[in-house]
Amino acid sequence: MRKFTLLEGLVVPLDRANVDTDAIIPKQFLKSIKRSGFGPNAFDEWRYLDHGEPGMDNSKRPLNPDFVLNQPRYAGAQVLLARENFGCGSSREHAPWALEDFGLRVILAPSFADIFFNNCFKNGLLPIKLDAAIVDGLFKAVEANVGYTLKVDLERQLITTPDGQQIAFEVDAFRKHCLLNGLDDIGLTLQHVDDIKAFETKHRAAQPWLYA
Amino acid sequence: MSTKTLYDKLWDSHVVRQDADGTALIYIDRQLVHEVTSPQAFEGLKLAARKPWRVASLLATPDHNVPTTHRSGGVAGIADPISRLQVETLDANCAEFGVTEFKMGDIRQGVVHVMGPEQGATLPGMTVVCGDSHTSTHGAFAALAHGIGTSEVEHVMATQCLVAKKSKAMLVKVEGTLGRGVTAKDIALAVIGKIGTAGGTGYAIEFAGSAIGGLSMEGRMTLCNMAIEAGARAGMVACDDTTINYVKGRPFAPKPEQWDAAVAYWKTLHSDAGATFDATVELDAASIRPQVTWGTSPEMVTSIDGRVPDPALAPDAVKRGDWERALAYMGLTANTPINEIKVDKVFIGSCTNARIEDMRAAAAVAKGKKVAANVKLAMVVPGSGLVKAQAEAEGLDKILLEAGFEWREPGCSMCLAMNDDRLEPGERCASTSNRNFEGRQGQGGRTHLVSPEMAAAAAIAGHFVDVSKV
Ligand code: SF4
Repeated sequence: MRKFTLLEGLVVPLDRANVDTDAIIPKQFLKSIKRSGFGPNAFDEWRYLDHGEPGMDNSKRPLNPDFVLNQPRYAGAQVLLARENFGCGSSREHAPWALEDFGLRVILAPSFADIFFNNCFKNGLLPIKLDAAIVDGLFKAVEANVGYTLKVDLERQLITTPDGQQIAFEVDAFRKHCLLNGLDDIGLTLQHVDDIKAFETKHRAAQPWLYA
Repeated sequence: MSTKTLYDKLWDSHVVRQDADGTALIYIDRQLVHEVTSPQAFEGLKLAARKPWRVASLLATPDHNVPTTHRSGGVAGIADPISRLQVETLDANCAEFGVTEFKMGDIRQGVVHVMGPEQGATLPGMTVVCGDSHTSTHGAFAALAHGIGTSEVEHVMATQCLVAKKSKAMLVKVEGTLGRGVTAKDIALAVIGKIGTAGGTGYAIEFAGSAIGGLSMEGRMTLCNMAIEAGARAGMVACDDTTINYVKGRPFAPKPEQWDAAVAYWKTLHSDAGATFDATVELDAASIRPQVTWGTSPEMVTSIDGRVPDPALAPDAVKRGDWERALAYMGLTANTPINEIKVDKVFIGSCTNARIEDMRAAAAVAKGKKVAANVKLAMVVPGSGLVKAQAEAEGLDKILLEAGFEWREPGCSMCLAMNDDRLEPGERCASTSNRNFEGRQGQGGRTHLVSPEMAAAAAIAGHFVDVSKV
């Protein structure tokens, strides 16, 4: 997994609540058996005017000029600003794969759906929950200022705005550790093989029918 | 803590180790596998030269991409080459790693959340995961069940464990008797209407109360299936005789010599009297009416007696924007009575409502009637080959076919339209599935979530009707 330490990135505002994973990556792209290459189809139905299918040359497709991610002032954005319940719906990890492949590294929102939130951390994406009022303020600031960037410091758990204002954020200690060091969960868990085996012995004795 | 919730009991009995900050390794008893969220996990195992920790805990079936018509060509006959590759990849991975798989053509194949319980592969007291958000379905068996991402699919395959933190516990209590024509689906939608699609975020929900105790296992699965639409990763119902009787005799159920011990343990799987919850929501069963969603999120729901809401009356500006966008997408005008909304297609199926009881409910409404002329397609897609066979043994297929419904092969079908079953832009559908998101059933398609009874009644009338009055 790609490490995440410090980032200064352009912010793009996606001003709608309950953005679901079907919207982030429509189902026809889930047919891939790979992990990469989903970026050009992130938000496909909002981003393009035609209907997207796997295998199309996306560079030739008509873009929806009204969709915020297509606006030139937000080109190259690495920070997505969103509203509540971001990432709801299907558990598809293709959603964070698509966002990451698109170039995003941080998502700021008042709340996230649990599975999506979890999936982000496995893919080098940092989702940050902020107060709804702070998010609201950021929406106003981003829309008012072309080229608005934020500094996100995971080690210090601090976001710094262009005018020097600092916003502290919470992050789970274990997830922070994994993200800072780019650690693979499976390797970490396998350090506890003895614990797992001991549990299994006890569990099998208590509920032998689970092992029949 | 002397009194425990059901969730506490399930959690505590699966903690392998726990760090001071609450991050735990949870042991997983069962992982269900389908073709969409598993290929990258199997690939990860291969790249790291790992083997599944306990291969017998895995059970696979293809469901999302399988065609619901013309099965005669087998996997090779799947028209879309990319869908075909995904099903072939699942078959190849299962063969390579020794995973039990119910392939296309096997009567046991079906939507993963219908197939698992039907086989007895979901048992009370288990932890169950699947790379699919509707894994919450299995909580109906007093199991701790939730969806996981593909990285976690690989993690559970490799270690039999999941890294997790305990959620808060929410009690949703539904007391009383459901009215005529009111089902578990209506309870689920009413709960979501009440708490919102993020209302359960961070919680594991236990559904309890006399109305829940009165539901069949099929009904409880419908309810727990929709817990994820309320934002909760897991939904669950205590174990009782209904649970035990359902499990008895199924292929993966405990063998006779272990049965009594299993039942004795299962009977402890309920919240203790006096157990405390972090949140409680109460509903009166008698006041729940048949539900119909009008928007693009399951919380945008009202009853059949209701009207499409007016965005001008939304509680705040963000909601107003959401409602306006939803009405524009749905092609609806504020204040339209729900029972005047006409439908173009009807879909009865999905892991929410494609079990035998749902087939019976649809057939009971359709019996002796005809699908309305304005309905272009009314399709019934059983949740598994076994559901299909059972329905056919009861003659339900004949009733439905005579009424003008199509009777299909099992799979996810138009729940998410990954195969050929989909809505065309602008088409309006009465659907028994669980998500009405934009584009879910086909780009530009308009989904109204309802119970099987309500979907069948809409097919017959050509518009939504109060099934309690037909
Ligand atoms: S039926 Fe629908 S919700 Fe259920 S597993 Fe299939 S696609 Fe997902």
